[in-house]
Amino acid sequence: MNILLVLVPASLILGGLALAAFIWTLRHSQYEDLQGDAHRLFIEDEEDGI
Amino acid sequence: MSVAVCPACVALPDAEDRYDAASVPTHHLVLPTIHCAACIRTVENTLAALPDIRSARVNLTQKRVAIASEKGADPSPWIEALANVGFEAHEIDDLGAPTGDDYILHLGVAGFAMMNVMLLSVAVWSGAEGVTREFLHWISAAIALPAAGFCAQPFFRSAWPALRAGRLNMDVPISLAIILACGMSLYEVVQGGQHAWFDAALSLTFFLLAGRVLDQRLRRAARSAADNLSALEPSRVHCLEAGVRISRSIADVAVGDTLWIAAGGRVPVDCALIEGSVSVDRSAITGESDPIVCTASQPLYAGDILLDGPHTLRATRVGEDTTLRRIAQLVATAEAARGTFRSLADQAAAVYTPAVHIISAAAFLGWLIATGDVRMALNVAIATLIITCPCALGLAVPAVSVAATSRLYRDGLLVKSDTALERLAKIDTVVFDKTGTLTERRLMVPEDMPRAHREVLRALAEASEHPLCRSLAKTMKSVAPSGLDHISESTGDGVGALWQGTPVRLGRDESAQNATVFTVGSDAYTLTSQEEMLPGAAQAVADLKARSLSIWMVTGDSAENAQRIADQLGITQVRANLRPEEKITQVETLQGEGASVLMVGDGLNDTAALAAADASIAPSSALDASRNAADINIVSGDLTKITTALRISRTARSHMLENFAAAGIYNAIAVPIAVAGFATPLAAAIAMSASSITVVLNSQRGLRG
Repeated sequence: MNILLVLVPASLILGGLALAAFIWTLRHSQYEDLQGDAHRLFIEDEEDGI
Repeated sequence: MSVAVCPACVALPDAEDRYDAASVPTHHLVLPTIHCAACIRTVENTLAALPDIRSARVNLTQKRVAIASEKGADPSPWIEALANVGFEAHEIDDLGAPTGDDYILHLGVAGFAMMNVMLLSVAVWSGAEGVTREFLHWISAAIALPAAGFCAQPFFRSAWPALRAGRLNMDVPISLAIILACGMSLYEVVQGGQHAWFDAALSLTFFLLAGRVLDQRLRRAARSAADNLSALEPSRVHCLEAGVRISRSIADVAVGDTLWIAAGGRVPVDCALIEGSVSVDRSAITGESDPIVCTASQPLYAGDILLDGPHTLRATRVGEDTTLRRIAQLVATAEAARGTFRSLADQAAAVYTPAVHIISAAAFLGWLIATGDVRMALNVAIATLIITCPCALGLAVPAVSVAATSRLYRDGLLVKSDTALERLAKIDTVVFDKTGTLTERRLMVPEDMPRAHREVLRALAEASEHPLCRSLAKTMKSVAPSGLDHISESTGDGVGALWQGTPVRLGRDESAQNATVFTVGSDAYTLTSQEEMLPGAAQAVADLKARSLSIWMVTGDSAENAQRIADQLGITQVRANLRPEEKITQVETLQGEGASVLMVGDGLNDTAALAAADASIAPSSALDASRNAADINIVSGDLTKITTALRISRTARSHMLENFAAAGIYNAIAVPIAVAGFATPLAAAIAMSASSITVVLNSQRGLRG
C-alpha cells in the first residue's frame, strides 16, 4: 500500500489542474454561448486568407 | 486584472469585464429563427452597418443578440433592417446578467472535492484498515474541510442572519449538517474512528448548490414596471408667464400654471384646455389610437399626445396627483403585494425545517439517555441530519422550473419570474384586454387603388410618426415605396409631399368628420380605420373556453366596439369604458370572489392590472412597462401560446408535487434507519445520490422536446 503515498497526491494534483482549467474557462466567459462559439468556426473573414 | 484577498473572488468576472466600456449592451432582441453560422454573420454584419449601433453580438444558444447603442434608442429600425434580410426579431428586456452571486465556481469546487473524497471513501468502504484507512481519512479531511468551508458559504450566509433574527429557514439545518458532519468527522479521524462523513457533507453541498444555481438562473433582476412608467413623462415643459414662454422642469409646475404645448407634444400633467378645441391621442391611457376631440370642458391627462397645436393649457393636477403617477402608484402597490406569494418551496421548507431539527435532537437525547455515550449519540444525530435528504428538496422545484422554462422558451414564451409557473397552474379565470391584445386597429387601403398610388401611400406612411401611419406602413410592407420630394409633416394637416410634380397628402379631413384621406393630385381616397382580430385570438379564446376557464374582456374602448368583438370571439363577460384604475378594480373584484386571475394585456392602461393579477401575460410588442409587469412574454404575440403555457405550467406543478412526494418517501425510509443507528456514510451517500437523481429525472418528464 505504499504506492498510495504516490498515487493519491498524484491524482489530487491532476484533479487540481482540472479545477484550475475550469476556473480559467469561467473567468473567460467560455460558457456564455456554447452553440454559437461552435458555429463561429465556419464564419469566413475575407482578410484571414486561411 | 483585479486583486482581492480571496482568490475565488477574483475568478468571477464582473459583467463589465466581459465587455469593454464601449460595448456594454443596452438592448436585446430575440431572434427565434437563427440556427447557423451564416445567420450569426448576417445578423452581426447587418446590425454593425447601422449608424447608431456601436456593437452587436449574437448568442446562438439563447437565440438573442445583445446590442450596444445609446440608452433609450428606438430599436424599430433595427428590427426592420433584420426583417429585410429575412430574420424575425422582437425586442425583449434584458433579464439581467447573473449578479455576483453566481455560484458556478462554488459548484465546480464542490464537485471536484466531492468526487475526489468519494474516490477515497470507496477505498475505505471496500475494507481499508489500519494505517491505510487513517491515511485516506486524513487526505479526505485535508480536501473536504477547506472545500466545505468555501463552497458552503452561500448557506452559511443565509442561515446566520436568520438565526440572529430568531428564525429558522431551510439553510439552518443544511449549514448545521455540514458543519457538524465535518467537525464530527475530524474528531473521528483524530481518534482513529471507523466512519468519516466528509463525502456526505460534500455531496450535500454539491447537490444543494446545484439547486441554488438553477434557482439563480431563473431569478434574474426584475425591472420594476413602475420605473418604466416614468419614462413616459417629459421632463421639461414650456410655461407661459405674462405672455413669455419659459422652459420649466415638470417638478416646478403648479396647479393653475399656464402651459404651452406644440403639436405632437406630450401633455406632462393633467390639464384643461383654455379655449377652442384640440384633437388628442389618448392611446397611452385607453389603448385606442383614434383621436378624441376635447373642448374646454373636457380634461386632458398626462400622457396624452396633442395631434394639432400649439395650444395653451391650464394645469389642473400636478405631481403625484396626475393620472400617470397614480397608475404608477397602483402598479408599485400591486408589485409589492405579489411578493407575498408562498411558493411550494416555501411551504415545504416551513414543514421540513422544524421537523428535521426535532427528529435529530430527539435522536441525540434518546441515544444519550439509552447509552450515556456522547460520541455515539452525536454520531446518530448527525447521521439523521444528513440523511433527511434535503438534496431532493433543494432540487425539487428548481429542476422542474428550469426544464419547464427552457421548454417554454423553445415555444416562444419568455418566463420572467421564478414563481410564474406555479401561479399560472392555478388560474381559473382569464381577463383579456381588447385593443392590441385581441385586436389591432388598422387603416384599410381601398381595394381599387392602383399600384402606383399604393407606392405613394406607402412612402407617405413611412414618413410620418403617427401610430396609425406606422401600422399602415407595416401592412403595406410588400409594396415598394416610391420616391417623394419635399416631404413635410404638419400635425393637423397630415403629411404632404411632391410625387413627380403632383402634390400628394395623407391626413385628416375635418370636413369628413376627421376621416383619414389620401389625395394624389385630384384623386382622393378615404381610408377607413377598422378593428381587425389578431391571428390566433379566436382560436385562443376557444381553447381556453374548452378548458372550462371563465373568460372576461375589459377595455377602455366604447361598449359597442367591445360588444362587437366579444360576440365574434364568443366572450360573454365584457366590461367597457374602463379607465386603468377600473381595470385593476375588476381584477381585484374577481379575486375577491375567489377566482385566480390571469391577465393578458399590452398597453399602459393594463399595467396595473397585469401587476395585480395572479398571473399575467403580455405580448412582446407591448409597452415597456407592461412587458415588465407581466410574468410571461409571448415573443410573437400569438395568443394560442397561452394554452401551451397553461398546459406546461400544470405539468410542471404536478412534477414539483411528485418530487416532494419522492423526497418524502426517501425520508420515511431513511429516517428510521438513521435514528436506529444503522446509518453509515455509505448508506447516506447512496440515499442522497439516488434521491437527487430520481428528482432530476422526474423533472424532465413530459417537458422535453
